[in-house]
Parts: sequence; structure tokens; C-alpha cells
Amino acid sequence: MHPAFQGLLTIAIGVSGCVGYFYLSNQFLDRVLFPPRGPNAGRNINRANMIRPWLFLFPALAALGLYLAYPVVETLRLSLTDRVPGGGYKWVGLDNYIQMAKEPKFWEAMRNNMFWLIIVPAMSTAFGLLVAQLTDRIRWGNLAKSLIFMPMAISFVGASVIWKLVYDTRPAEQDQIGMLNALYIFFGGTEPQTWLTIPFWNSFLLMVVLIWIQTGFAMVILSAALRGIPEETIEAAILDGANPFQIFFRIKVPQIKTTILVVWTTITITVLKVFDIVFAMTNGQWETQVLANYMYDKLFRANDWGVGSASAMVIMLLVAPILVWNVRNARKEME
Amino acid sequence: MSDIAGTKPALRWVVHASVIFLVVLWVVPTLGLLISSFRTTDQIATSGWWRSLFPSEQNLTLRSAAPETQVLENGMYVIEGNLFDGGTKATISKWGISSRAVDAFAPGDTAELRKGGTITVESAGNYRMENPEEFTGSRGSRVFVTAELPPEFTLDNYHKVLLAEDSTDSMGRAFFNTLTVTIPATIIPILVAAFAAYALAWMDFPGRALLIAAVVGLLVVPLQLALIPLLKFHLNIGIGKGYLGVWMAHTGFGMPLAIYLLRNYMAGLPRDLIENARVDGATEFQIFTKLILPLSFPALASFAIFQFLWTWNDLLVAKVFLIDASGQTTVMTNRIVELLGTRGGNWEILATAAFVSIIVPLIVFFAMQKYLVRGLLAGSVK
Repeated sequence: MHPAFQGLLTIAIGVSGCVGYFYLSNQFLDRVLFPPRGPNAGRNINRANMIRPWLFLFPALAALGLYLAYPVVETLRLSLTDRVPGGGYKWVGLDNYIQMAKEPKFWEAMRNNMFWLIIVPAMSTAFGLLVAQLTDRIRWGNLAKSLIFMPMAISFVGASVIWKLVYDTRPAEQDQIGMLNALYIFFGGTEPQTWLTIPFWNSFLLMVVLIWIQTGFAMVILSAALRGIPEETIEAAILDGANPFQIFFRIKVPQIKTTILVVWTTITITVLKVFDIVFAMTNGQWETQVLANYMYDKLFRANDWGVGSASAMVIMLLVAPILVWNVRNARKEME
Repeated sequence: MSDIAGTKPALRWVVHASVIFLVVLWVVPTLGLLISSFRTTDQIATSGWWRSLFPSEQNLTLRSAAPETQVLENGMYVIEGNLFDGGTKATISKWGISSRAVDAFAPGDTAELRKGGTITVESAGNYRMENPEEFTGSRGSRVFVTAELPPEFTLDNYHKVLLAEDSTDSMGRAFFNTLTVTIPATIIPILVAAFAAYALAWMDFPGRALLIAAVVGLLVVPLQLALIPLLKFHLNIGIGKGYLGVWMAHTGFGMPLAIYLLRNYMAGLPRDLIENARVDGATEFQIFTKLILPLSFPALASFAIFQFLWTWNDLLVAKVFLIDASGQTTVMTNRIVELLGTRGGNWEILATAAFVSIIVPLIVFFAMQKYLVRGLLAGSVK
């Protein structure tokens, strides 16, 4: 069967299956199980109303449980076991973690991840805030924002190709076709550099790709926050003779502090999961390894599920504080 | 506001200039790829894409017509023609007939050919070869020219990447595979999540607050954790690697954001509306389908765009749950990574392939930016 046809069929089955499930289960509840008539009508209505939410929730909860909650537990279990050749698992305690801690590649990934975690959210938020502020009062601001927002729609892989062309290197006697080398030569560089193979600095060149993508996100959110600042506070500052920089740093930024924090943490989570960019551009060579790519290597190249799961748990551990913080905020908001 | 207080004109200039600078910085890399995808292999390899917008000086190796086209004129064998085919308007500044001296002659000069006879090349590329004896051989003579060529663009790369059936560079199949992954993976989670979001927003039951907190928590769980457990699960229940698996995976991974976005939106709908409908005897199912769904359109659209962009651009989930050893079900992002490996230097193929995969999300992005922004504003946990 042609996959496109299979796809259409799946949409049809999926959609009608969902609609059918919701419709029929409701019918069943109201008509058969607890009909709202007869001697027990009142009690039946109450009972039906107790069950109905769970009918509505069931498919979503099943998906959440199976695809997100169960894997957390299962990955934890896998990280504490090793596969026995021929099938089955054996409990090895913390061996996988100890083995991982002995690998220099893991520490390289940890070190790089720390740089990613500091630099990408900081730069994206800073650029986002800068663009949001600068475009706030100019007439073609929306066009400018649109163009800076655009990389959000581009896949990490597509972005990697775009930036690989920027970093491209040709032999010294030829014309450079990569913009970075062309600029480097133009400003007096002698030898064209193979940028992505220069250890340590190449990680920063990869970060540029993610900053380029994430700035638009930061800009959109911060721009809305800036618009939400009460005009009076700014008016008062102007009357008191504050200059534009003072208004920005002393009046505006403090008022959108929480939004900045939200943007920062959201980008942090994206950074922790970054895989495609490193995978497509250097595949972790030349000391650019990051945790997510290290994990992929372990799982699917080395076929070592134990250490792979252990490194996945490290990512989970790094996300955990943000998870707790988000949940606490959400609960506070609902009260 | 700042205008009322009278901003210094100099400062306004700085603002405009910096915004222009930032926009250029952000757009130029993409523009480079777009322009490169319309250039030929030679053009990309010999000059930066930014030069393609202006006439460029290039060193070319061209060939005269074959000896079989020679004619006898007044006792001389003559071959005439233009070195550039297809009406290219080029201006030759230097030319030569040996690879060791490519700039030996100026336009209008006459050179002695090694095998006998002479050749004269004019600046527009017209040449005339003369020989008292017959020209021999099956191919014409090589002529090395340094010429200024006008900007030239081609659609050949797109033709090759999209339509070439058997070509290893083909993206046609991957394009349809990506579409096949994306559409069900966008529609099904919306439907499933909408019902759950309604229950979480407007139905009263014990444990509701706890569930909402759980959804918020699951929002940030890295999907990396899910790879092995779920691949194992898919293999155990017999669906293995394939479309069904990847649809299910995307549905699961998109669920927290879908529920979160839709619940927040639905909870903001006016309470009276729903209470009145309940008093009028509408069932919950009717309220949901007739009232809530149509009213929630903006939130549904927001999530649809997110999920579409995310599934279209995804590499990891497709690699783990979809692409098997046969490679028949490859998606575009994976093809591009493969091309990066095998055709690392062939920028015309890479640029075109990348642009084919980028163009659809870009269209969606510009067409529905309003909903995307709205979704972002609602979706970032405040």
C-alpha cells in the first residue's frame, strides 16, 4: 500500500476512531449504564457525571502515561541494568554510571553542555530583548520582527546546512565560498580556517545556530511583555528626566523580570535536548560532543543501552529543577 | 510615548541602523542558501554566492566546434562559431590555448594552434579557426578564457532534486514521506487533547489539580528518555519501526503541550456560556462539540502549527521510530543529514535539498504567524 494512502487511511481511522470513542462511550454512559430516568434518575445523573471526565481524559492520559511517564521509570530501570547476551537483563546497580564517569567523552559532553546552557539562553534572551526594545517604536518593526522570527520555522537540520555553508572552507588558492572565511580573509586573515575543526571554539560556532533560531522566540515573548508595561511608569520616569537607557534598564527590565526568567528556562530546556545541530554539523567530532548526541551514540551506535539510559537520566536530572519550578508556579497560579 | 518626550533624532538613527543590521545578520545566512540553490555546480565552487548578484570574472575552459563542422573557404579550412553556447553574454578579457598560459592572448589576437592552423577569438566569444590543411580529430580545440559573465541562475538543481526518479539525490520520495508522517501526527493529538483539555477546564472531579500539575511537569520531560523504552514497546507489540509507530510517538510527545495550551484557552472562555448551556439541558458532549470546539479555534490553530512545524522538522523521532534498514521510509531531514555525509562538498544538491525541506514550514509560518505568536504567548509557562 502506498504510504500516502496509508496516511490518509490512518487519518480517517484515527479521527473517526477518536470521535467514535468519545461519542459511543458517552452514549453508553447516558443510555445504558446510568440513564437519567426511572426511580434512580438523580443518583444516576450524579454517577454519570463522576465517570464522564475520565471518559474524556482516558485517551490523553493513556498517551501521556505510556509515552512520557512510563519511559522515565523504565529508563531509570534500564540505567541500572545491563543486557545479557541472548536476552534478559541483569541488575548491575550503579555500574553504568561509574563506567560513564570514567569516559572522557562524557566529561567533554558535560563541559560543552555547561557552555551551551550558559551561553545560548543568555545570548538568545539578550538579543531577543534588544530586538524587542528596538523594534517597539519603529514603523517597520513588525516586518523586522517577522524576519528575525523566521528561523523558528526552519528545522535544526536545515539551519545546520545554512550555517555549514557560512562556515565552509576552500583551499587557500581558491575563492572562499563560506562567508566567515571570506570575511576573515577580507579583514586580513592569511590562511582560510576550517572553523568546525578548531577544538573548543567550534562549539561556539554550533551555539550560534541555536541562538539564531531561539532569538525569535525570546523576542516574541519579551516584546509582548514590554507592551504590557503600564505607560504611567515610563511617563513618570521621563518626567523625572531619565534617559532612554535608564528607562530600559531601571524601569522596563525590572518589570518584566519574571517573563525573562520564563524565556530563559524555556530555552534552557531546548538546549538540554539539542541533538540535531551537533549530529548534522560535526557529529560530536573535534570535541563538540553534547549529552543528547552522546546518548544517541551510546544507544544506537555502541548499542549500550545501560550507559545510554544512564546519560538520558543525567539529562532528566538537569531538567528536574525546572520541572519542579514550573509545577510550583502552575499550582500557585491556579489557587 | 518616547515621541511625546522628544527623542533625539540621532538616537532614532541609531535605532533604525541597528535594527537593519540585526535583520541583515539574521536573514543573510538563509539568503545565501536560497541563492546557492539556483546556481550551477561550477558557480558555487568557484565564487561566493554574494558575487552571483553581480557580473563576475571567471576562468573557463571552453571548446571550439568539432573538426567535422569545418568548411572550405578560398582554399582554407575554416571553423567558426561562438565559444559560449546558449546566448550567454560574456566579455572575454584574456584567453589562451594552453593550460600553462591561460592568459596569453588578448581579444582579437591570433594564436598558432599546436596541431597546425590559427585561431582568433573576439571579446564576445566569436572565434575563427583557419588552416590550409584539413582539421583532424574528433573534438574541437580547447580554449581557456578569462571572461566576465553576467549573473546567471538555473532551475536545474530543483529539477534534479525533486524530479529525478532514480537519482540518489532525490528528495521527492522523502518529501511525501515527511508529509505522510506530519499530517496524521498533527490532527490526531489535537482531537485527543481537546477532549482532555475540556475535562480539565470545565468538569469537576477529584484529582483535577493534580493532573494539571502532572501535565505541566511532563511538558519538560526530554523525549530522549522515551527512545529505548518505547522502541522496545513497539517491537514487543509488533508494530516495529514504521508510520504507525511514529504517529503514535508524535501523538504522545505532543500531548502535554496540546493539553496545556487548549486547557488554558478553554478555561478562559466565559463561564455563563457553559452554565447556560447546561441549564438548557445540553449534554457535556454537545457542549464540547457545538460550543467549545468552535470557540477554541485560535488555540487549536496555534497548537496545530506547533505540532506541524515540530513533526515536519523532526529528525530524532523519525530516526528512532520510523526509518528502518531498507531506507524506503526516510524523511527529508534524514536525507539531508545523509547528503551532508556523502555529498559534503556538493553545495548545489545540499542547498536545494535543504531549501525544499524548509519552504513548506516557511509558507505555513508566514501564513499563520498570528496564531503561532498567540500560541507562544500562551504556551510559555508563566
